[in-house]
Amino acid sequence: MDTVRADRWRGVVERAWRPAALLAACLAIWHLVTVTGLVEAYLVPSPAKTFGLLADKWSYLSGHTWVTTYETVLGFVIAGVLGVLVAVAMVYSRTIESTAYPILLFAQVIPKIAIAPLFVVWLGFGFEPKVIVAVLMAFFPVVISTVTGLKSVDTEMLELAATMGGGPVKTFVKIRFPAALPHLFAGLKVAVTLAVTGAVVGEFVGSNEGLGYVILQANGNMDTPMLFAGLIVVSLVGVLLFLLLDLAEKLVLPWHASRRGAAVTTLLAKGGS
Amino acid sequence: MSVTSGTTTSAVEISDVSVRFQSKRTEVTAIQQVSLDVAPGEFVSIVGPSGCGKSTLLKLVSGLLTPSSGSVSLLGEQVRGPRHDIGFVFQRAALLEWRSARRNILLQAEMRGMDSAEAGRRADELIEMTGLSGFESALPHELSGGMQQRVALCRALLHQPRVLLMDEPFGALDALTREQMNVELHRVWRETGTTVLLVTHSIAESVYLANRVVVLTRRPAVVQEVIEVGLPAERDYSTTMARPEFASAAAHIRDLLGAVTGHD
Repeated sequence: MDTVRADRWRGVVERAWRPAALLAACLAIWHLVTVTGLVEAYLVPSPAKTFGLLADKWSYLSGHTWVTTYETVLGFVIAGVLGVLVAVAMVYSRTIESTAYPILLFAQVIPKIAIAPLFVVWLGFGFEPKVIVAVLMAFFPVVISTVTGLKSVDTEMLELAATMGGGPVKTFVKIRFPAALPHLFAGLKVAVTLAVTGAVVGEFVGSNEGLGYVILQANGNMDTPMLFAGLIVVSLVGVLLFLLLDLAEKLVLPWHASRRGAAVTTLLAKGGS
Repeated sequence: MSVTSGTTTSAVEISDVSVRFQSKRTEVTAIQQVSLDVAPGEFVSIVGPSGCGKSTLLKLVSGLLTPSSGSVSLLGEQVRGPRHDIGFVFQRAALLEWRSARRNILLQAEMRGMDSAEAGRRADELIEMTGLSGFESALPHELSGGMQQRVALCRALLHQPRVLLMDEPFGALDALTREQMNVELHRVWRETGTTVLLVTHSIAESVYLANRVVVLTRRPAVVQEVIEVGLPAERDYSTTMARPEFASAAAHIRDLLGAVTGHD
């Protein structure tokens, strides 16, 4: 048991040290560029100054971070639920699929930043237009991945289900949906990062709170340290949400994770022939 | 073998069945006027050249496919739409990756809404019978091909179907595992008394397991000949292989298939 735990930690360290080293190198370069005066301080503030500001103004930033996180998560959840429902409808009805696909594609292709002002006109400066832009950004990958997932089920498995006589609902719950989950999670991970972008774009267009607002304000005031701080926090929000989904995937689909990873079969370890 | 109750209805009755597929602008006849009667408890193997429509025949019996003409009866009842009183085993095990071996077997019970306690007992029996003991909680990807196919067989037998349809079930296994599976399938068939229709590419397999072997021709498939396998019911693998009846039946089938494929 202890060796298993030790192995797991060794695995974590092995996976983490390369990206950690790269991140450290980037910070070092950033630091060098600023201390040597290669780039003017008002253009690129030093890491020390940026993180110092981040710490000093955390009470100010955290409020805005919550706003953006709230809009992002709400938009993501709505997009997730809607996306799955639309995908299921499209997979089960060819009519719905052929009707909805062109509209979906159109909605995806249209630049969100271009229609965001419209939502502000319609819905004002509150959180609603931001959530809608986040939904629009996140919706498409969820639909596409879920449709792919639901269609990836073996025809033989579906034929088998037909001979078992469980009906379409049981077939969906026990076979089709679980089989689609790996694809769905892949789509959700893309969607959540896009939802962050959507919320920030919404805030750019018209708002008085959120990290998009902070970044825009800092930009207007030529306050580059605050601009950098805002960017860092926004990225961290996206990374954190992504990691949460990754964790959820590992918890919901342990079979998938174990399959993707090195095929250490527990049976061999147990000594079964 | 099972005893037929009162009337001597066939387990499977295929009469004058043809299947035509519409492909692009041409119509392809896959099966042409095939007739076949399978008695309850009988083991019938179906052999024929690749792509001749052997699998199509099984789909007709299960109701997954409707014939263009002719009729198919299963257990005295005409087949219209998917039938639930059969067990089906495909070449690929078609297991759910997220379910353990035992839970894959129990899928059959869950889909049918069978009593779970009884299904559990039955699953354990089958696990024992097919030598899966100790692998109940293994996920499919942790199992060898032979083990996966055993799980598929248990799943197909869980609801005690009176007819078992097998579509090249051991086609993806290595030769040795295949022989083991043949021996086990023979024992399972003898113990359960289920009627079995087996589609296979292996002549040895078809003869070793069956009461009768149906030889189909190239597409459009018609029944070329039905061979009665004159082997005793008790079939030890190596002694059966060495019997003259086995050799002559196998040679005859090989001749027929050679004649069929030799035209190309």
